[in-house]
This record gives sequence, C-alpha cells and structure tokens, in this order.
Amino acid sequence: MSSAAKSVANSSVAIIPSAIHANHLCRYYRMGETVIRAVDDVSVEVGTGEFVALLGSSGSGKSSVLNLIAGLDRPTSGSVVVHDRDLAKLSREELAVYRLHTVGMVFQSFNLIASMTLAENVELPMRFAEVERGKRESLARDALARVGLQARMNHRPSELSGGEQQRAALARALINRPRLLLADEPTGNLDSHTGTEIMNMVRDFNQQLGMTVVMVTHERALAERYAQRLIFLADGQLVGDETNAAAVADAPADRSGTEGTPR
Amino acid sequence: MKLPDLTELAVRNLRESLLRNSLTTVGISVGVASLVAMLSLGIGLQQLASRRLMKSGLFDTVVVTSRRDLRNFGREEERNGPAPGESRILDESTRIEIEHLPNVLEAYPDIRFITELRYEDKPHLTMVSALPASAKSNDAFEGVQGHFFSSDTAPEVVIQKAFAEELLGKTPKSDLDETNVASLAAPLLGKELIMRYAQREAPKTSSATTSSNHTAAPEDQRLSGAAYSVISREQKLAIVGVADLDPESMRGPTRARVFLPLKLAESLHVMQPTDLREISRAAGDQPVYSSISVRVKNPSQIRAIEDSIKKMGFNTFSILDATRSLQQFFAVLDLFLGIFGSLALAVASIGIVNTLVMAILERRREIGIMKAIGASDGDVKKLFFAEAGAMGILGGIVGVALGWAIGQVINLGTNIYLKRQSLPPEHFWAVPWWLVGAAIVFAFVVSLLSGLYPAGRAARLDPVQALRYE
Repeated sequence: MSSAAKSVANSSVAIIPSAIHANHLCRYYRMGETVIRAVDDVSVEVGTGEFVALLGSSGSGKSSVLNLIAGLDRPTSGSVVVHDRDLAKLSREELAVYRLHTVGMVFQSFNLIASMTLAENVELPMRFAEVERGKRESLARDALARVGLQARMNHRPSELSGGEQQRAALARALINRPRLLLADEPTGNLDSHTGTEIMNMVRDFNQQLGMTVVMVTHERALAERYAQRLIFLADGQLVGDETNAAAVADAPADRSGTEGTPR
Repeated sequence: MKLPDLTELAVRNLRESLLRNSLTTVGISVGVASLVAMLSLGIGLQQLASRRLMKSGLFDTVVVTSRRDLRNFGREEERNGPAPGESRILDESTRIEIEHLPNVLEAYPDIRFITELRYEDKPHLTMVSALPASAKSNDAFEGVQGHFFSSDTAPEVVIQKAFAEELLGKTPKSDLDETNVASLAAPLLGKELIMRYAQREAPKTSSATTSSNHTAAPEDQRLSGAAYSVISREQKLAIVGVADLDPESMRGPTRARVFLPLKLAESLHVMQPTDLREISRAAGDQPVYSSISVRVKNPSQIRAIEDSIKKMGFNTFSILDATRSLQQFFAVLDLFLGIFGSLALAVASIGIVNTLVMAILERRREIGIMKAIGASDGDVKKLFFAEAGAMGILGGIVGVALGWAIGQVINLGTNIYLKRQSLPPEHFWAVPWWLVGAAIVFAFVVSLLSGLYPAGRAARLDPVQALRYE
C-alpha cells in the first residue's frame, strides 16, 4: 500500500508535471446556417495523477472537451497537449495509437460489443495493440478478476447487470495500461449503489496506479465526493475551477469500505 | 491487427447476421458456379475437338509433299521456296534422309490410289491407302472390328465402315440411325476381295507375273531407264477388320476407304499419279512418292522438324496448322463464355457491397467503440475487407462445387440423350484444377474489390458521431 499512499501524498500537493494542457481550445459545429460553439476558448491544465470532474448541464460542452482530450475529435482551433503530444498535430493513424495506449474510456452506456463475451471485449484493445494471443487471455482474465467478474468471463454483455457491464468496461479501459482514464457520465445509467461501487473502483485506480482521471458528470454531489478538482463549463466556456479539499481528505478512509476491491 | 485475429473477428461478425451473409455468399456461389460452368463447357468442347483431331492420328505427323506438286500452288510456302521446277522429288533416298532427321520416329511413303475391288463378283471403285504397322497403335483404329494386319506384308485389308455398307449393298443411312460396326463386320470378316490394279513394271522384269502373292525382286529397282510398262494385275486380299472411321473428318492416309499394309502395297508397284508426272525425271524404276508421312517422337517438335524439311525443299503440312485456328476459335469462345459467366458474379459483387453497407449502418456504434478503444482506420478497413474476403473464398469454394455438380448433371443428361440416339457418350465437360483455383481466387479478388467502398466508408466513420448515435 506504500505506492498508494505515495500517490495520495503526491496528488495533495500542487502538481508540477501536467498530463493535459488545453490552450484556447475551440470546437465549433456547423448546423446548417448556424455555428454551434460546443467548446469556446477553454484553457485548462490537468496534472498527472489528478482526479478531475467536468461539470455542467447538458449542452455545456463537457463531453466535447472529453472527446477532444480522448483524440476522438479534433479542435477547430487551439490545442490539447497530452503528455507532451499536441493532439491536433497527430495524424489519424497516430491518434489511433494514442487512443490505444494512452487513453482508456468509459461511457454512460457502457459500449461493450454485444456480440462478444466479456473476455473478448476486454481482449479487443489488445488485439489492436497486437499483443500475443496467450498473453492476451491471461491479461484479460486478470483484469476481469480485478473488477470481480472472473465468473462472468464467458457471458455476453446482455446477460449482465448495468453495474457488471460498467465494471467490464472499466477492465477494458485499463487493459492497455493507459495513463489517462476518461469517463463520460460513468454512473449515468446506474442506481446509486452500483454507481458508488464503480466510482470507488475509479478512485482506486486513480490512487493505486497514479492514473489521471477526467470524469464528465452533471451530478455535483458525485463529483464532490470523488474528484479532487471541479471544473465547471457552461455554453462551451470555462466558468469555474475549484479544488475539492473534501475529496482529497476523504479518499483513504472511503477506500477501505469498497466492495470488490482490487488488490 | 494481425491476420488470425482479423479472420477470427471477420468470421464471428459474419456469423452474427447469419442469414444475410449466407444469402450474400450464396449469391457469390451462384456467380462462381455460372462462371465455372461456362468455362468448363468451353474447355470441355475444346478438349473434345482436340480429341477428335487426335483420333485422326495426325497430331504427331507431318505430311511432306514435293514442291512440284501443283496441287499446292499458291500456298505461302510456295513463294519463299525454290521454284517448283527446281524442287527435289520425293523418292526413297529423300525418305531415308528425312527418317534420319533428329526426333523423327519414322517416315513412310503415302501410297494411295483409286482402283477397283471385286467382292462377290461385283466391282467397287474406291480409294485404297497403305498404312504402316505403326498405325495399329493409332487412335484412329481404336474401334476396329476384327483385327489389324497380322503382318506388314500380309495380303489383308481393313475396310472403312461406309465401304462395308457398300459391299453389303446397304444404302448409307441418315446420321440419326447409324448402323452398328459390329453387325457390319460379322458377315464380311474373313471374306475375300480381289483388287485389280495397274502395276508399273520395268522392261526386264523377273518372272514375277502371277496375279497373287506377288513380291518385288530387289534387282527390279536397280534397273535404269525411265521406260516402264503398265500391266494390269489382280491381288487377292482378305478382309480382317472393319474400322469405325469417318473419312470426311480425316486427312492424309486415313482418308481412304480401304487400307493395305504398307510393305505389301510397296511391293505391288501400283501405278501412282505421280509416276506419270515424273516420268521424265524418275531415275530408273525408283518409285516417286506423292507424299511422305513423317511421324515425330513428340508433337511439340513438329515445328522444328517441319522447318528442317522445308529447308530441304519440300512442302509440309501438319495438323498443328489446322489446330492453330481452332485454338483461336476456342480462345474467343472461352472469352465470351467467361464474360457471360462473370455477369452473374458481377451481380453477386453488388450483393456484397449491399451487405457490407448494411453492416456498417447496423454496426455504426460498434465501429465507433472500436475506434474509441484504439482501432485505427486501417484496422476497421481491414476488418471489413476480411469479411468481404471470407465471403468471397467461401462463396468461391461452394460455387466451384456447384459449378462442377451442374456440369456433371448436364453431362450425364446429355449422355443419356446420346445413348438413346445410340451415339457414343462424350465427355464435353472438363473442370481442370487451374480453373478450380482460378475461380476461387477470382471470387476472392472480386469480393475484395466489392469491399473497397464499404471498408473505406467504415474506416472514415466519425467515432464521435457513431457513439452519439443510438
């Protein structure tokens, strides 16, 4: 547990190496005659190992920001630099490699592939990364065991509850050991109990693996409970950025009560 | 993504919408089947035609004629050779010279003459031709009733079917009602024919003037002087075989109705048309041949041997000349059959495009997910290519089997029909191995080409849009 303690200690201090640096980030969409400014001149910096919540009502541009960080979308202007790489300057191929190795994503609707078993879903990113078959199987088994789904390996997503699906999605997001975990309303489709379960896992990964987490949510309570920093967006613009001292202090105590805790 | 992974994912995706993909694959199969059926018909017909030509026994034979033979006037070889008057004559020494050329199996004179044959005191005028002993192994005499000549000098004849009908007084029937060779042969085998012929004889001959069992004395040939007399003679011959030959489809020595052993024919010194023409040139009693047949060891050497004989100053003809235009005809036929066969495959390829475009719409979200978790454009493209390719290979294999089956059924049906018409069964359907391979590869390539557009479209899909879409 010493590494976990260290990462907690690190995150409480001002973070020097920045994981994400958004500089005058803009993303406009054209809808017929009108231009929608989904992201409008957002400049923000996220330190390595930080747990950040992006808050805002629907249409505030929080998901657009997340997609830009994830390399799924390209900015209209401005730049996003993630671990010294300017995403706007990467080719499509390089962006795919970036998404494969640097980013893990979790979605509100889980987004597991329905025709595949959990093990196959978790293995899929390793197929794209061309990991050896034998190695892949044991890694997928381990990852599913870590989220408490070893017994459900050969089930299809439709046979599982929402919470179980989201746990599998988490296992898939982390399988290529990314430095960045991006979560888009991860508890949006879950009841509060399962939501808590998932969030505890996310926090554990943040603390144990030193992984930077950016979570999009519209639930302020959830954000205040887990995120060390809250960033508020409205109409595509940054309207607030606060450190959440409560979550920082709360972190170690809460973890001990988590069920399905990873080792 | 690696190929095994790609294949595995492609196959699993194909299994997900089994009905639609099966129907698409059936479409490809039908396309491939029609292509295979068309081409194997073309190839089969070509092989049938080649077999027919092969039966004429001239595939490995070059016919050599003198340039003095005016029948060949105006032919191309004529213009770039020596003038007909300066050309050499075909005699025994040239025959030996030709026989000693490399790769020549044998060279024998073509002895052919029209003469009268008496059967049961009725005269029949017909073309008589001499055959060497080697003709026995010739495909042309495959279906002979009775047997071939017992020896090269035996006073025996093999007669052609139509002549057998004439001897028995039967009128030639129409094609649809062909008489059985065996029934024709039965009353004729072992019977005697008396051949009346004109013998050329040098002035001071020996006493060999009896009408039967005449053998040439060797000293006859050494006698000099162009003068000789023509004597009418008779020769008793036993009918030993009836051949099922169609004289119209034949060329060269087999284009006759009665066949004699070569050595016997030579010994008879039958007056030949060339004898009159060459009367001023022939040295002594040396016979001059109208043509010489040269059998080569391997049909592939025919060209070279023809060329070297031409250099000696003779005209040549081989069946290869005839087959060349035949091959051209079949190349065009195959091309047309192939184009028609490919049409069905073209329709099937539209089916592939349709299926894959549908799959993109259906799996939009899945493509978005794959991209979000790190699939590159190339990965997505390759996955769709693999699906198209898998359908192509599977459709190709099933299609070849189907095409082969269709061919077998049609072949069987036609042969039942031929049997009813009491015609021999024919194998005019051939699916060579290269066609099997080529058809599958072709189906694969066509499928990949069909996958080009859908795969490109899937690869370009915007993941943000795809994931938003519900």
